[in-house]
Amino acid sequence: MGMFELGGMTLKWLFHKPATKQYPQVQVPPYPGRRGHIENDIQTCILCSRCVKGCPADALEVDRKNRTWSINLYRCIQCENCVRVCPTHSLTMSEELAGPTTHISAIVHTKPEDTSKKKVSKNDSSKQS
Amino acid sequence: MGKRSVIPFGPQHPVLPEPVHLDLAVEDEKVVKAIPQIGFIHRGLEKLTETHDYQNYVYVAERICGICSFGHSLGYCETIEQMMDVDVPMRAQKIRVMLHEISRIQSHLLWLGLTADAFGFESLFMHVWRLRENVLDIFEMTTGGRVILSINKVGGLVRDISDDVLSQVESKLVSLKDEYQQIEKTFLSNSSVKSRTVGVGVISHDQAENLGMVGPFARASHVNNDVRCLGIGGYRLLSDFVPILDTTGDCYGRIRVRCKEVVQSIDIALEMIRSLSSGSVSVDVKGPIPDGAQAVNLLEQPRGECFYYSLGNGTQYLERMRMRTPSSENLAGMVAALQGCDLADVNMIILTIDPCISCTER
Repeated sequence: MGMFELGGMTLKWLFHKPATKQYPQVQVPPYPGRRGHIENDIQTCILCSRCVKGCPADALEVDRKNRTWSINLYRCIQCENCVRVCPTHSLTMSEELAGPTTHISAIVHTKPEDTSKKKVSKNDSSKQS
Repeated sequence: MGKRSVIPFGPQHPVLPEPVHLDLAVEDEKVVKAIPQIGFIHRGLEKLTETHDYQNYVYVAERICGICSFGHSLGYCETIEQMMDVDVPMRAQKIRVMLHEISRIQSHLLWLGLTADAFGFESLFMHVWRLRENVLDIFEMTTGGRVILSINKVGGLVRDISDDVLSQVESKLVSLKDEYQQIEKTFLSNSSVKSRTVGVGVISHDQAENLGMVGPFARASHVNNDVRCLGIGGYRLLSDFVPILDTTGDCYGRIRVRCKEVVQSIDIALEMIRSLSSGSVSVDVKGPIPDGAQAVNLLEQPRGECFYYSLGNGTQYLERMRMRTPSSENLAGMVAALQGCDLADVNMIILTIDPCISCTER
């Protein structure tokens, strides 16, 4: 009884469009809100390290001295915790999956020097002297 | 009486998705004794509560096992919420039950596919796994992940699911139910399935009770230990819940229980979607866990009852976290079921018990 029904289903699928996609020739569009990979808009990042504290996988690193923010995508588990704790919303979760790489390395973003602040501090120091 | 010899089975074996080793003492073709050995994938995840913040540990808890990942994060969060006296919003509780039942569907479908593969029914295996892909699509649509969902947090959910997405989930579940019922008929009425499973690895009702078996394995021997009946957490919201029991106690009975549980879980998920009311899905939980606070929690995972215990020490870290998982309960039953069986039936019996070694060893 069940065998005939399964046979019918199998025959139907012989003439049906395949259930699987021929990735990577055919790309599957992501569902809205898919957790792909973390991106950082370094211009708005204030290097506060809250994301580092919130990361359960120790994938993030902030070096305030050298003004760098880095992520090791091989450690990142896409939990989105850093995005939720970021006070300036500079971290976002992209729907696209991270591309393949041939070697393991961290992605490092360097925050450019804030020239306006520097001028102010110079002026301040000259006033003091 | 034939000559007794020992055949090593596992830890790497085509029928085992995860590593467990069995020493099978055989006389001719009969297994007279099975000695299990575990410990190949122990990761010390309970110890990690001492170094991970209790809020961040959710992401560790859901990595205890890939198949029951949502269940572990749910069980952990409910335990911490009990310790900290947190009232989770109604909408979050219902979505949690819905997602947990859908994760039970995917776990049972994965298992049914593996079982079909184990007795050489390739087309059935492919159809079941094709259906499972639809369930994983539901996860991706609602949570953003296909296997590790990362939607639970202490105090509720990290994201809400829109009504538009929920209606899509509802229609997907309805069409899944129709298609699944055709496959279920094959599982339950096909003669080649029955010839491999009926009367194999029988566990009686008394044996199941004495060995403390849990989950579908015990329910196939007519032992009602379904934790969902107790109405813990969001399960108290179910209008009517009748556990699925079987009296045969053999491999076929276990297949029948799981087959019927898939339909039951679809019905529960649909009930939760249809009764959802609007509102928030989380409350803020801050501060350390009170010193000496304790909580216990029970959750019906796809493989059976999982027990959680936690103890706070006045900091952001837990003093102790204990999880007693269903597969570690069922290992004694597995050894009993293997005693006296044919050597050719060993893989079928191990599969129908569905041991999850990642859960067992943590």
